[in-house]
Amino acid sequence: MWEEKFRLVYRVKPMDLASAGSASSQIKVELQRNGIEEDVVRKVGIICFEAEMNMILYSTGGKLKVEVWPDRIEILAEDDGPGIEDLQKAMEPGYSTAPPWAQDYGFGAGMGFPNMKQNSDVFDVETKPGEGTRIHSVVYRSKDNETP
Amino acid sequence: MKLHNIVEAIGLKVFNPGVPNYGNIEISGGYASDLLSDVIAGLSKGDIWITIQRHLNIIAVAKLKDAGAILIAKGLEPDKNVIEKATEEGVILLGTNLTTFEAAGKLYNLLKYGEVR
Repeated sequence: MWEEKFRLVYRVKPMDLASAGSASSQIKVELQRNGIEEDVVRKVGIICFEAEMNMILYSTGGKLKVEVWPDRIEILAEDDGPGIEDLQKAMEPGYSTAPPWAQDYGFGAGMGFPNMKQNSDVFDVETKPGEGTRIHSVVYRSKDNETP
Repeated sequence: MKLHNIVEAIGLKVFNPGVPNYGNIEISGGYASDLLSDVIAGLSKGDIWITIQRHLNIIAVAKLKDAGAILIAKGLEPDKNVIEKATEEGVILLGTNLTTFEAAGKLYNLLKYGEVR
């Protein structure tokens, strides 16, 4: 009964600042076009944007996948490395390893993970230094569907 | 308050007045920050975002958060490609010689009391 409605997949290239945000912008437009609830679109947009930015700034490239289900949106951001050295620290608001040039551009506020977590109903990160990072996030489309 | 009324009252520059919807944009508030993730967390729909950032990524952030407009402070000017991208995405880019502090003060008074003061 709960069949997946559709999915969107985007390839995110490392250091590609010129097109940064384009995947999340397109995801937002697609979700709006398909009549997904405004509040859900807002949350998914924020999560995707932060995940996309992280991949551009810190990874060697990755994939951003969004699945639309009748009761929820699933977001999966997977990159090919290099992984996060200290995940616990990366989750702390204000902690950042952004290089100076990125900070000059207003990146590296240390709010990427906190923003993603705050807008997710389910949020988990798997990372292995030297390998890669996998972020899984779920946003429920209705409060009734939340599992306690 | 309509964006074009704010532009007139404070005396702001509009970098891309050709955006079709310009005359109809309604502004409800403002947010001042130069950190993109902070803007993503704090800016509300219909806010004017005041910043000294003027690179391409501010367009994506404004679009993502449905900002009413971006106001670039301190007389800084965005590059042509940034203005073009903003126009393409329907994001209004404004400019002022005021500092972020001064611009925010004027916008705050205008929205709260109906005059710049």
